Amino acid sequence: MTNTIFAERKDQVHRKGEEPFQMACDKESLAGAVSQRACVFCGSRVVLYPITDALHLVHGPIGCAVYTWDIRGALSSGLELHRHSYSTDLQESDVIFGGEDKLYRALTQLIDRINPKAAFVYSTCIVGIIGDDLAGVCRKVEREKGIPVIPVESEGFKGNKRAGYNAACRAMFQLVGTASTDDISPLSVNILGDFNLAGEIWIVREYLERMGVHVVANITGDGRVDDLRRAHGAALNLVQCSGSTIDLAKMMEEKYGVPFLRVSYFGVEDMADSLYKIADFFKDVDPQVMERTKALVRDELSELYPKLKEYRKALEGKKAAIYVGGAFKAFSLVKAFRHLGMTVELVGSQTGTEEDYKELHEITDPGTIIVDDSNPLELSSFLQEKDVDIFVGGVKERPIAYKLGVGFCDHNHERKEALEGFVGMLNFAKEVYSTVMSPVWRFTPRKRALYSKALETDVCHEIKAIEN
Amino acid sequence: MLLRHTPKEITERSALTINPAKTCQPIGAMYAALGIHGCLPHSHGSQGCCAYHRSALTRHYKEPVMAATSSFTEGSSVFGGQANLVQAIDNIFTIYEPEVIAVHTTCLSETIGDDIPQITRKAEADGKIPDGKYVIHVNTPSYVGTHVTGFANMTKAMVDYFAKSTGQKIDQINIIPGYVEPSDMEEIKRIAEMMGVRVVMFPDTSKVLNRPQTGKYEMFPEGGVTVEALKTTGDSLATIGLGRLASGPAAQALDTKCNVPCEILDLPIGFKATDRLVDTLRKTLGITVPDSLNNERGQLLDIVTDMHQYFYGKKVALAGDPDHLIALTEFLVSIDMWPIHIVTGTSGKKFESRIREITKDSPYPINVKAPGDMFLLHQWIKNEPVDLLMGNTYMKYIARDEDIPLIRMGFPILDRIGHSYFPIVGYRGGMRLLEKILDAILDRQDRDAPEESFELVM
Repeated sequence: MTNTIFAERKDQVHRKGEEPFQMACDKESLAGAVSQRACVFCGSRVVLYPITDALHLVHGPIGCAVYTWDIRGALSSGLELHRHSYSTDLQESDVIFGGEDKLYRALTQLIDRINPKAAFVYSTCIVGIIGDDLAGVCRKVEREKGIPVIPVESEGFKGNKRAGYNAACRAMFQLVGTASTDDISPLSVNILGDFNLAGEIWIVREYLERMGVHVVANITGDGRVDDLRRAHGAALNLVQCSGSTIDLAKMMEEKYGVPFLRVSYFGVEDMADSLYKIADFFKDVDPQVMERTKALVRDELSELYPKLKEYRKALEGKKAAIYVGGAFKAFSLVKAFRHLGMTVELVGSQTGTEEDYKELHEITDPGTIIVDDSNPLELSSFLQEKDVDIFVGGVKERPIAYKLGVGFCDHNHERKEALEGFVGMLNFAKEVYSTVMSPVWRFTPRKRALYSKALETDVCHEIKAIEN
Repeated sequence: MLLRHTPKEITERSALTINPAKTCQPIGAMYAALGIHGCLPHSHGSQGCCAYHRSALTRHYKEPVMAATSSFTEGSSVFGGQANLVQAIDNIFTIYEPEVIAVHTTCLSETIGDDIPQITRKAEADGKIPDGKYVIHVNTPSYVGTHVTGFANMTKAMVDYFAKSTGQKIDQINIIPGYVEPSDMEEIKRIAEMMGVRVVMFPDTSKVLNRPQTGKYEMFPEGGVTVEALKTTGDSLATIGLGRLASGPAAQALDTKCNVPCEILDLPIGFKATDRLVDTLRKTLGITVPDSLNNERGQLLDIVTDMHQYFYGKKVALAGDPDHLIALTEFLVSIDMWPIHIVTGTSGKKFESRIREITKDSPYPINVKAPGDMFLLHQWIKNEPVDLLMGNTYMKYIARDEDIPLIRMGFPILDRIGHSYFPIVGYRGGMRLLEKILDAILDRQDRDAPEESFELVM
């Protein structure tokens, strides 16, 4: 293999310090690339599916429903309707004669059967092509069954994952503003862009509670239809995750005048900053909120720091690579690694915007590789070049790291430990430690090569580094 | 209770699939294509399809899974995907340098009517396909058949594109292993080798999707059937297709195209089906079965002899693919267990009648449905409980709700390892299955026995 980077992709890869920063992004993926990106449908599905008491029906061939069946551990404290896979399972005859009738029957049967609070009906590529009137069927069923039945315009080919986020936001926006906002505290927020993986939204809610801030709606982790309907009554929207729910926040700001704050719950600084920003927002309504927040952060940090120090001792100087879906998460990860005394050698995302990459460029060290919409070949060559100790990515990246003998942390669908909040930072440190320091790497060819090189050159500290 | 919405009473359900026991064609085609050496599967459709298939296969095998995509946009879905595919072919051969690009379609490209051979010819005319490299294709609309169909179609495409008859027979047998794991393919080759049979196996995902830790990332691992070997399949003495659905079409195509006689057998799961494979090899080549293989059969038999009282009368619910279920049902019946609820997502009247034939002496009424889904299976279980479940990882929801032990088999297995390395086919695979069954049943017995009847040996 002579080139590992497509010529056409040169301006989607940047090495900090080499030349003035410029990054082409938001480009469609190159045909033929082994892209790690997904489609519009995928974007909509991951955003909406954690709404636990809604019916989620996929109108399309079976695959789209199967591959997103319980796709990530979006935990629920109540109903678990979202963890089922419902599909119209379109067949050839439906493609020829249209799938509207089938959709109508599926929807009405399901609604009668499970009595959901609302229904989301996802469109797929094929539905976009055969031209089923999804919205029409939804309207009809809505009238007949008396619950909101919302079409999600998530035809796979109509852009990338970000377009899917937008479709999801438009779908949710149809629910917002349809219920009474009586009894909502003036100190209230909606949590946007958190999907309650490993119970993370519960951690954030607990912090807010301690600050005296009331949560109206979880959007969407452990989400409820009735909460969404009155979400416009909240005083503030907290938006995490760059792409997924920002459009909803913007729509709510425009129509209902609910302002929003961009926050992140990953890493110590970002978590504390976010809480302070929230406290600052409410300082006129409740002058005590800042005091309570400071106390909270103080308590949490005094518990966290001594524990974190232990991990930092071991991890100091280790090298990390990051390739995640949204760039916002990458910002927090860069900072989190710094807390552990580690350097970030590579950072990239599937769907970052120009703004995002500018910010990444600002917060990274010289020499760091910044990359948009990468592929396995590129990623593996960068990992080897930078000789990293850990790679943070998603499902498809994990085995690449492992094959190279590099530690891995899933910061996406498959994460099993809560990584948000102060406690999340500790969990993150533990997870990084457990993989970076795992004895397994001593048996892998990469480290064994290092080890023998160290013996030859008699460089004791290298041996020590390996032994530690 | 994750599945609290599953009612006991079964009502007629049309237009709706709940908790499927299948997935779509393209992933099967992608899996089969990975069984060609140096092949990059290519998904002609939206990016999502490719990402999903790669993710699903990655989660199942815990291995990097490579495939490219035409990355359809709104434009390509209106004007056709020709430009995308031609550009993709060019890019792939320039950067990734595979021997073969195996294109499969998706529901999107099928419906807009892209003509892949015509596009490939265009790419060839434009000089985008280097000498000695190949682009093969198969039509895999997601709204027809299932992942098994996709596997069968891609396997048949290998015959259509590569098999040649030179008129000179070669002393070798083609074995089409069916939609099984890399470990199973390895085991079938091992059995043939023990019998001294030279085999061309296609597809062959062993050493592709069960690779060791090497410290290297290899886009094209050492395994997979080579194009050279595929070309010789037309000169082989015979073809054995294992699994009627997954291997039948390719085996028959080879017969039609190159006059290679074919025998289509069940997947060699359990005594009887493995016996039939061994016997077919023996008869076809006029060889004797070596003692070493007889020894393995004897060991399998020994386990059943030693433990038959534990198998007796146990009721089982199964979900999976038809080829697997037929052989597995036969095996279970042969050791005195009773599969009573059987679903597959793949349609087939023949499947249903075959299962009914195998289970005709059952003391229980048999529920079998093709196509059915896991929701229906769960309802059946609520009406007539079972002692054991066998199926893919998604069956764990039922296992938990009903508190029934589950043995993972089939596709996908997302939460356990083993399937890539340890086979379930052949006599030794049978032994592994029995070990799993006994562990599941006896662990449960150990857990549930009241104190007064809890013994060292139950």
